[in-house]
Amino acid sequence: MAKELRIGNDAVARGLYEGGVRVVSSYPGTPSTEITEFISTYDDVYSEWAPNEKVAAEVALGAAIAGARAFCGMKHVGLNVASEPVFTGSYTGVNAGWVIAVADDPGMHSSQNEQDSRHYAKAAKVMMLEPSDSAECLEFAKKGFELSEQFDCPVILRLTTRVAHSRSLVEIGDRNDIGVKEYVKNPQKYVMMPAMARGRHVVVEQRLLDQAEWAESCELNRVEMNDTKIGVITSGVCYQYAKEALGKNASYLKLGCVYPMPIDIIRDFAAKCDKVYVLEELDPFIEEHCKANGIDVIGKEAFTVQGEYSQSLIAKVILGKETEAISTDLEIPGRPPVLCAGCPHRGLFYALKKQNVTVSGDIGCYTLGALAPLGMIDTCICMGASVSALHGRNKANPENEKKSVAVIGDSTFIHSGVTGLIDIAYNASNSTVIILDNSITGMTGHQQNPTTGKTIKGDPATAVNLEALAKAVGIDRVRVVDPYNLKETEAAIKEELAVEEPSVIISRRPCTLLKYVKHEKPLKVNADKCRGCKACMKIGCPAISFRDKKAVIDFTQCIGCGVCEQLCAFGAIEKGE
Amino acid sequence: METKSIMIVGVGGQGTLLSSRLLGAVLTAKGYDVKVSEVHGMSQRGGSVVTYVKYGDEVYSPIIEKGEADYILSFEQLEAARWLPFLKKGGKLIVNTQQIDPMPVVIGAAEYPQGVIEAIGATGADITSIDALSLAVEAGSSKAVNVVLIGVLASKTDIAYDTWVDAVKATVPAKFLELNLKAFDLGYNYK
Repeated sequence: MAKELRIGNDAVARGLYEGGVRVVSSYPGTPSTEITEFISTYDDVYSEWAPNEKVAAEVALGAAIAGARAFCGMKHVGLNVASEPVFTGSYTGVNAGWVIAVADDPGMHSSQNEQDSRHYAKAAKVMMLEPSDSAECLEFAKKGFELSEQFDCPVILRLTTRVAHSRSLVEIGDRNDIGVKEYVKNPQKYVMMPAMARGRHVVVEQRLLDQAEWAESCELNRVEMNDTKIGVITSGVCYQYAKEALGKNASYLKLGCVYPMPIDIIRDFAAKCDKVYVLEELDPFIEEHCKANGIDVIGKEAFTVQGEYSQSLIAKVILGKETEAISTDLEIPGRPPVLCAGCPHRGLFYALKKQNVTVSGDIGCYTLGALAPLGMIDTCICMGASVSALHGRNKANPENEKKSVAVIGDSTFIHSGVTGLIDIAYNASNSTVIILDNSITGMTGHQQNPTTGKTIKGDPATAVNLEALAKAVGIDRVRVVDPYNLKETEAAIKEELAVEEPSVIISRRPCTLLKYVKHEKPLKVNADKCRGCKACMKIGCPAISFRDKKAVIDFTQCIGCGVCEQLCAFGAIEKGE
Repeated sequence: METKSIMIVGVGGQGTLLSSRLLGAVLTAKGYDVKVSEVHGMSQRGGSVVTYVKYGDEVYSPIIEKGEADYILSFEQLEAARWLPFLKKGGKLIVNTQQIDPMPVVIGAAEYPQGVIEAIGATGADITSIDALSLAVEAGSSKAVNVVLIGVLASKTDIAYDTWVDAVKATVPAKFLELNLKAFDLGYNYK
């Protein structure tokens, strides 16, 4: 069969499909999102976006226990949310296979921390596989189901950004659908209360020993002997970096199974090489395993726990080789990401800025409201924390109630903001929560969610009514504003901060990148009327720049939202033809 | 064959991802081993974006490092200067002369440097500058900048014209095909 160029996440989806996956439930998170998006294109697999990763993992485990091969995917911080069912799922084991994909983000291309998910495999005592390119993504995802059933254990597939988001060649095969296995009632295995769980812990420990023994001879861990002056123990994309930097001048032990790890083949490999390096991004996970077993390796003392590795880093450290680079002596300003031209969040943040409030922020496109010139986010911790941290802030000092708000997107609110809102209502803080409802999960690239009225496949679905939900948990003051209308938005914020009870403002306007959103004609600046006061530039719209002492609007970016028009005191911003 | 490296750089939202997909289709059709590395998520929102395309007999690392790129295709002037250190000695740089102010410039915290093209030329780099935006508008849409630039790149490789056209046909939606083929030709025939 001809080889196809596929992104790692697409290859994982294909591997799951070929491996006979039947039930898929995930929450989007860069760089893992596309796995589930690609799965949703297979009609013979049930797939869904869950409200959060914990729900997704529970759906998948429930399906696996019921006898269907199941999957859930998430980014590294999503595994924090899903960890409870994963830890207990390690004890219950599965019936049909359960594969979990977790995508780490070394270098933090799109994340709030740089955690190393391999620690979860060790802590939860579950097997973890790590592919190094798209072909292995497909192969390991497929293999994951077999291993999960062979050892009666969840199997985690660990990706990193460069594997998840790189395209390389894969060979696709046929689907092996094993159907739905029989479910047999077995409380000793599936009801995790103390008496049963004690028995299961014994099973888990024996399973780890069995898996470690398997890891000594499994085909996922392989040795490539070349020149033995340098030996490299590695896994994932670092294997590719090492091969490019060192080629046949080094020998390799490539671990496809990073937990549990073998020890005999590592010891044997190390004994054959003069100098052994462990090449792994983030924490010294493999390195500590080697050193704990008395194997002399060089790891983090020569490399780093921060950011990504690369072929040139490896060439520099191991071979002392550096590549020449040319450059100009120009001073090059940075280009940080910005809210898009026409983004509905912009008007909301501008209105907040006028109120000079402290803003408890959250995870999504609107986190970009932290950057200049808006600069209107004070904290950003994790999904949902905007709401609960605002409650904490207001309990710390009730004076904060009149000058603090939380901002949270529609999808993030459903993920874990609503629980914080329940806390606000139940434990009575006069908190003002603003839900930025742009009718989509934006930052991860437009996924449906429980508020959008559509399923992952685009079919009609029950939509959560945010107004009714807020009222149902006990918030009486709920109002909706259009963030393109600056006056209305500002007035609403002012009023809700002033009242002596909690309130929810829903700032509602669909993301401007949604296909169904109609764009107005680009606006233009009448140079005769423009006084060059730069009032329109306070909102940080990327379509507006300043040339020859006048504002200029870039017609390729402007969508005619009209927010800048409301800021111009001289009527210099006009509708385009 | 030794691995060749192409970098596509620009500003999030300029359509750099389509160009890498198109390049991937061409190189796969030629039977090469290919790796393409993209960036998704936050940095796509108007930030500086980069895509790596590598091909050869056997490609290992999906990323390109300083001094390694045989070609850099830049969708914007400032981005060309930013990523210039990634160009290999003797590599070729294709630059769209479009200028998009980054936020530090918009808010007056920094200045957009003057004479970017000249400064790059002065380093001795092999540079082709082109007003791809005007050519894209001529083809029928400002969004076709990516295909114009791919046309320029195509004219500098030894891969046949027809292979490129087939890839354009396979990559762009049918209703925009005519427009994109025109955009490709405008780039391909640019002198």
